Amino acid sequence: MMKQKTVTNPRPSVILDDVVIRFAGDSGDGMQLTGSQFTSTTVSMGNDVSTLPDFPAEIRAPAGTLPGVSGYQIRFSSNQVFTPGDQADVLVAMNPAALKVNLEGLKPNGVIVANTDSFSPRDLQKAHYDSNPLEDGSLDSYRLFAIDVTRLTRAALRESKLDTRAVDRCKNFFALGMMYYLYERPTDVTERWLEQKFRGKDDLIEANKMALRAGVAYCEATEVFHETYKVPAAKLPPGKYRNVSGNQALSLGLVAAAKTANLPLFLGSYPITPASDILHQLAGYKNYNIETFQAEDEIAGVCAAIGASFGGSLGVTTTSGPGVALKMEAIGLAIMVELPLIIVNVQRGGPSTGLPTKTEQADLFQAVYGRNSESPLPVLAPATPADCFNIAFEAVRIALAYMTPVMILSDGYLANGAEPWKLPAVDELPSIKTSYWTDAKSFRPYLRDKRTLARPWGIPGTPGLEHRVGGLEKNEEDGNVSYDPLNHERMVRLRAEKIQRVAQDIPDLEILGPESGKLLVVGWGSTYGAIISAVRRCHADGVDVSAIHIRHLFPFPRNLGAILARFEKVLVPELNCGQLASMLRSSYLKETVSLSKIQGRPFSQREMFNKINQLLERTS
Amino acid sequence: MSTTAQMQQSPALKKKDFVSDQEVRWCPGCGDYAILNAVQQVFPTLGIPKEKFVVVSGIGCSSRFPYYMNTYGFHSIHGRAPAIATGLKVANPDLSVWVITGDGDALSIGGNHFIHTMRRNVGLKILLFNNQIYGLTKGQYSPTSEKGKKTKSSPFGSVDRPFNPISLALGAECTFVARTVDIYQKHMKEVLTRAAAHKGTAFVEILQNCNIFNDRAFANITDKPNRDDNQVVLEQGKPLVYGKEHQRGIRMSKYLPEVVDLDGSVSEDELVVHDETRPAAYAFLLSRMVAPKFPTPIGIFRAIDIDSYEDGVNEQVRSVTEKLGEGTIESLLNAGDTWIVK
Repeated sequence: MMKQKTVTNPRPSVILDDVVIRFAGDSGDGMQLTGSQFTSTTVSMGNDVSTLPDFPAEIRAPAGTLPGVSGYQIRFSSNQVFTPGDQADVLVAMNPAALKVNLEGLKPNGVIVANTDSFSPRDLQKAHYDSNPLEDGSLDSYRLFAIDVTRLTRAALRESKLDTRAVDRCKNFFALGMMYYLYERPTDVTERWLEQKFRGKDDLIEANKMALRAGVAYCEATEVFHETYKVPAAKLPPGKYRNVSGNQALSLGLVAAAKTANLPLFLGSYPITPASDILHQLAGYKNYNIETFQAEDEIAGVCAAIGASFGGSLGVTTTSGPGVALKMEAIGLAIMVELPLIIVNVQRGGPSTGLPTKTEQADLFQAVYGRNSESPLPVLAPATPADCFNIAFEAVRIALAYMTPVMILSDGYLANGAEPWKLPAVDELPSIKTSYWTDAKSFRPYLRDKRTLARPWGIPGTPGLEHRVGGLEKNEEDGNVSYDPLNHERMVRLRAEKIQRVAQDIPDLEILGPESGKLLVVGWGSTYGAIISAVRRCHADGVDVSAIHIRHLFPFPRNLGAILARFEKVLVPELNCGQLASMLRSSYLKETVSLSKIQGRPFSQREMFNKINQLLERTS
Repeated sequence: MSTTAQMQQSPALKKKDFVSDQEVRWCPGCGDYAILNAVQQVFPTLGIPKEKFVVVSGIGCSSRFPYYMNTYGFHSIHGRAPAIATGLKVANPDLSVWVITGDGDALSIGGNHFIHTMRRNVGLKILLFNNQIYGLTKGQYSPTSEKGKKTKSSPFGSVDRPFNPISLALGAECTFVARTVDIYQKHMKEVLTRAAAHKGTAFVEILQNCNIFNDRAFANITDKPNRDDNQVVLEQGKPLVYGKEHQRGIRMSKYLPEVVDLDGSVSEDELVVHDETRPAAYAFLLSRMVAPKFPTPIGIFRAIDIDSYEDGVNEQVRSVTEKLGEGTIESLLNAGDTWIVK
């Protein structure tokens, strides 16, 4: 197409407002790194982004095989985005397995950039291809760019002191350079990152930089792409931003809340996917009055947190569903002794070990009902990666105000997904008030605050407050062991009433769309993005549908029942078999329609949109 | 709650300051009473303010202990007391934290926390009441019951091999390991005083008689006529001599201990001279001396001085804070790559 080349703008630049790229390769190919670098660069250019890392549970499954494929999808836009996109515009496939696994997620006529050097007969066989898809015409409905990335990377790094294996490991940066060229992104953010990441290893810094620049230069020189694309910055609300994943935001929220409450934070945790990053992050915050304890097991993690809370710290434990199962007896103890405690469950596919690296929302029943006897605790769920900050803050507020364990239900999709986050102003963060009891004369271990029913926090080391707590039933007020039948019933009801009173501080739900009508979509947790984008699309089409998103799952916000009553139909999309739907039916006697998905993957906007239209008896 | 802040100011604490207003509910004749008495006598002598004591327990007969102590107390869940106490101690290193546990609580359901607390050398005082039986659940064999023991859950005899708690603690590299006996009040108080002064994990096995389900389990070392012939008291710097007439000793032969008669053919110079600071292998050999072939050793098997876990954790917090400065919410949020949208 191009007749003339100019140095500054050799190709026509096309303006797009919304692009989805999927980087895919072997787990050893550095695809998560490549994707997160593209994300860092892209957020720094002012686009809104949403990401979906998708990786196997095996650290290194056999190279080149289908189970070993690791992917990272990023959607970036000039508009606000709520999901990482249903289908990709571009698939970067570093080997045949990556192509095979990810092709169905590529739009018709989408772009495939394939590394031809990884399509040997042996590679094809490992991916169960009978013939080479790059040559057999099977990809004719896509725009295929077959490029010998490995060979080109080696050529670019001829002078490098690295050995061939190390040189080959730079090929993902060559591919990243190509994408930077195609979407007109600068390389400096990634170059700065390389300088920090490999400080002291100049050979590695240089080699990766050269591979990155070579990827850009190759595209400039060869006219492999006939045009390049600009995705102008989004109009985001003014402010200071940073890119955060859910696990990062959750960590930041816990630290900020502990700082606000002026309490030391004690994390007791045991490594588990996909929650470990919270442990990693908090372990680096030693100068924020934080102690982290990598315990011998899940139970020790929560127990140590409870011990620290007994001593006046903010006890926190982080885990995923199987870990919560192990911790439940201790959580029951925290309910009985009425101490503040934050339990973070980054949900993953189950039951049992299930799908450790895939997302699911199937631990809602476990959180709300999963302990022996009558043992309620507040349950919260963040809606987006950045919302993990707010939810962590809110959980700490409730735990301290009501002297109770609080459970946060994040999930793998929120934990690893990232989005730009407008930093809150420090002086606008909610206040968290807490104080230890010190007056010996008036101290009764189970005397209750009139409004919250919280008991006083009298910590060891305070003269005159010596008292005993424990798992045996407590006598009202003095907290001594009691087997009195009527006292037991009173205490069970008191503990339940205390948790119900949490609702008095919860903001009312806000409705997106009309206040009443035919259809209400009720979401919780990470389904927010898919629901919001589908509902907005309906609104754009002039269709009346409303949505609410529940962040407080126990107790529910006070206006939930009234809202449900105003709609003819209630659709509840969940990545489980209908747990919230069941809770709504039993709490409000309201008929609900479940949209269930249990595939370890988030809802697509399309699935949501189609279901809404089906219920409204519209054809989409 | 009978004690008030006023009493805290009086310098001399007494036993009664540590007696709670709760009625003690162990079976009459239980060895636990003697242990409670010894602990209540030792605490006031330690020079530690009353409000700094915390007694943490798990589940079992022994674990009712905190209710009877007028200190801060936490009666927790089965086996988890060392984990709860670890969080408490690490976050509050100035507290004197005592874990009360039993053979089932510590060695069966809580085995993992037991060994890892010792591995880390957390500054907890762990008192294990070993009665070689499950009492609270009414008489099943425990992980320290001897093989072949007939109980409700082993009517034809237990086929389990027992743990030796001292050997286990030494295997977990515990830095203070001792054994005492419920009825030996003076000895127990000496051991508890030493345990209180120890920097890291102090483990004390207390042989405790359950007169309901396993009566006289330790009769060979508690019954007057012969007990001195059946036990050897470990004393720092002293040879291992025992017996009513001090007529026997322990000698090392081919890397193993052996009993010798001090009848003139063997001199005291040849006997093992006890040293608590020797490598754990020595203490382990002593721990393998069991009846009837050997006298039961009581006293301090091992006491070495290394940094405690909580000191390590808090020192790291201090040095990182010194290096990086005290973090603020401002510095927390603004770390990493940020950009401005106008």
